[in-house]
Amino acid sequence: MSESTDDLFADSVERLLRDQCTPAVVRAIEAGGDPASLWNALSEAGFCDALVPEEHDGAGLGLAEALPMFVACGRYAMPLPLAQTAMVRGYLARAGVPLPDGPIAIAPAATVASNGAVSCHHVPGALVAHWVLAAVGNEHWLLPVADALRTSTGIHGSLAADLSWPTVPASTLKTSAPFDALAAGALVSAAQSSGTMARIFDLTLAHANRRVQFGKPIGKFQAIQHQISVMAEHVAAARMAVELAASGLGFDPDPLRVAIAKGRIGEAIPTVAAIAHAVHGAIGITAEFDLQLYTRRLHEWRRAYGSEAYWYERVGRARLASDATLTVDFLRSATAARPTTGTAS
Amino acid sequence: MIDALPLTAIPPEDEALRDDVKRFLVEALADIPAEVRAHSWTGFDAAFSRRLGEQGWLGITLPPAYGGGGRSAFARFVLVEELLAAGAPVSAHWIADRQSAPLILKYGTEAQKRQHVPPICRGESFFCIGMSEPGSGSDLASVRTRATRMDGGWKLSGQKIWTTNAYRSHFMIALVRTSGTAEDRHAGLSQFIIDLSLPGITIRPIEDLTGDRHFCEVFFDDVALADDALIGAEGEGWAQVTAELAFERSGPERLYSSIVLLDAWVEWLRSQTPGDTESLRLLGRLCSHLAVLRALSVSITGKLSRGESPVVEAALVKDMGTEIEQLTATLITDMLGRHPDVSPPPALERMVNYVTQISPSFSLRGGTREILRSMIARGLGLR
Ligand SMILES: Cc1cc2nc3c(=O)[nH]c(=O)nc-3n(C[C@H](O)[C@H](O)[C@H](O)COP(=O)(O)OP(=O)(O)OC[C@H]3O[C@@H](n4cnc5c(N)ncnc54)[C@H](O)[C@@H]3O)c2cc1C
Repeated sequence: MSESTDDLFADSVERLLRDQCTPAVVRAIEAGGDPASLWNALSEAGFCDALVPEEHDGAGLGLAEALPMFVACGRYAMPLPLAQTAMVRGYLARAGVPLPDGPIAIAPAATVASNGAVSCHHVPGALVAHWVLAAVGNEHWLLPVADALRTSTGIHGSLAADLSWPTVPASTLKTSAPFDALAAGALVSAAQSSGTMARIFDLTLAHANRRVQFGKPIGKFQAIQHQISVMAEHVAAARMAVELAASGLGFDPDPLRVAIAKGRIGEAIPTVAAIAHAVHGAIGITAEFDLQLYTRRLHEWRRAYGSEAYWYERVGRARLASDATLTVDFLRSATAARPTTGTAS
Repeated sequence: MIDALPLTAIPPEDEALRDDVKRFLVEALADIPAEVRAHSWTGFDAAFSRRLGEQGWLGITLPPAYGGGGRSAFARFVLVEELLAAGAPVSAHWIADRQSAPLILKYGTEAQKRQHVPPICRGESFFCIGMSEPGSGSDLASVRTRATRMDGGWKLSGQKIWTTNAYRSHFMIALVRTSGTAEDRHAGLSQFIIDLSLPGITIRPIEDLTGDRHFCEVFFDDVALADDALIGAEGEGWAQVTAELAFERSGPERLYSSIVLLDAWVEWLRSQTPGDTESLRLLGRLCSHLAVLRALSVSITGKLSRGESPVVEAALVKDMGTEIEQLTATLITDMLGRHPDVSPPPALERMVNYVTQISPSFSLRGGTREILRSMIARGLGLR
């Protein structure tokens, strides 16, 4: 795909989300409103099939090309699991599984009890998903959310929940095609976090230039300036981290790159959210002001699919296990340009 | 600004340099223990610098007409990354290679370029930076050292301080006042290339808290300078020094000051029974930060190679980089102390102590953390 088509895709995502995924729409869906109209707009635009190969009537994009869509979802506080759906549909199409309708969430993990009960803990987007993809042993199951008992794990407005089924539902689709669901979830949460951080940064900068205390905009105070500079550093690092994580032309996320990105971004999240709220003052913690739509998501994304404590440990293990004497050589091989993997099956 | 740092790959022709550098360093550094290499780019070895010159690796981005390598900023990135990763003693030529020669090529006369750049590229001429003074640190525009016009040249009086390597350099490029007073700020400043063997110059090394001698006090007592000591235009010193600082801040040396220590610790961890998850987590954290910082640094190199001057972006990466360099030392210390009954090798202990003690300098030299953050804020449109 040439650079210009790449930009066209990013632009069309941007335009649609700006028009259809407004803060008012986000709030309505979070309050239990019907998400069908937003979802239909997204699927009619073909965004759910961004990663589905062309021979299955998708857009045939690789991860790097789909990244702008994931990031845009973060920037617009997307209340539906669009990025997850796109990942899972890309996987299912490659696995030869018929593609189901409706939003698909990704479970960080699943447990099947001896009595056959299935449960998935802390699934982002569970309250608005029709399906959830979960790794069970060597298989991946696509479970119908309508049949599940849902227990919210988030605060007011959150769409995350624990899901459980007394037995495996009859309509469950199963496939044994390999897929790293945790890495896929981590990648989409890291990518969306990066977009969310960029939005929070814009809000914070604007507020610092607008809010006047002691006769001048608070952005004139050095203490505020330095906090915003630190925020800018984390936002730039987060963006680069997800670019690295999604780089290459293939579809399957590389677990080490994802680990680096999810860890680095997880570490940045509390700092970025704390600075944003500090600079905004009291207005920032109101329900009415938009900031909370974004900082709330950041905290949720940090927790989902493994926090930095989990992913950093994986990076550390990979470093110790590598043949490289020099860390610089380890870093180079971990982030080297990857050859096209095309449509892996 | 934040979106303006795209993921950038080092072109294959520049990446190809890496193996040659690695091979050279294995041989050249064979006898230098890690403990010494942990001094990173402050390790001084004139003979080593001359050997790099023989390889064609000094002034690698400078025009061949002046003895340079004529290669891209990416080639320099690869070279410098390998030198720092190995802990090569690069201090002797470091300043001349990184900022003095590019400055002379940008602002110097043809005669100045011919005089200075080829010996720099051969590793025979070492430079130091005369910016700071006792009364002028972060507030550089307040310098008081003064050059006064006289017949056939200039008379220089005043004092510089913290001048790295002054006592073992051939030349200093100094920022001094040529007209007006400190109150005139950016106006009336000029830069001079000062031959440090001239009469009237006294240089005293200052011992640092680790016992090393690198920075110095330099006194100018009516030093007679020839006309051609002025570099660039009289009164344009501020603009020139700003450009010089941009050269200083944009290289990979702002990520790797603690990298030799990190690798020594990795070697130690490998010798231990696995399972210390806290250590693994820290190792992963440091590696993750470095992977991202390295990608940002390569992206900045891409901007340099396109002729842009990514000053604010470089400040952003330097500020994050020095923080990780500092954390590397303090957190490895914590991990080594996690098991009071286990004794790491004394050389590793000395290394981590050395880096911990010297690490405050990482966020002072080349502009303090606070100054960088104010630059970033200005770049973001605050102020
Ligand atoms: C190892 C090393 C090597 C060096 N080599 C050289 C060299 O070769 N040549 C050379 O010219 N200099 C050199 N320096 C000096 C270096 O550039 C200065 O240390 C630096 O510019 C800070 O100046 P200062 O030390 O006088 O601190 P000060 O400027 O006095 O700063 C002290 C503290 O005040 C803060 N501060 C100052 N102004 C402000 C402000 N406006 N807002 C907020 N905070 C502020 C600083 O950030 C810092 O925290 C070297 C320094 C070190 C440590």
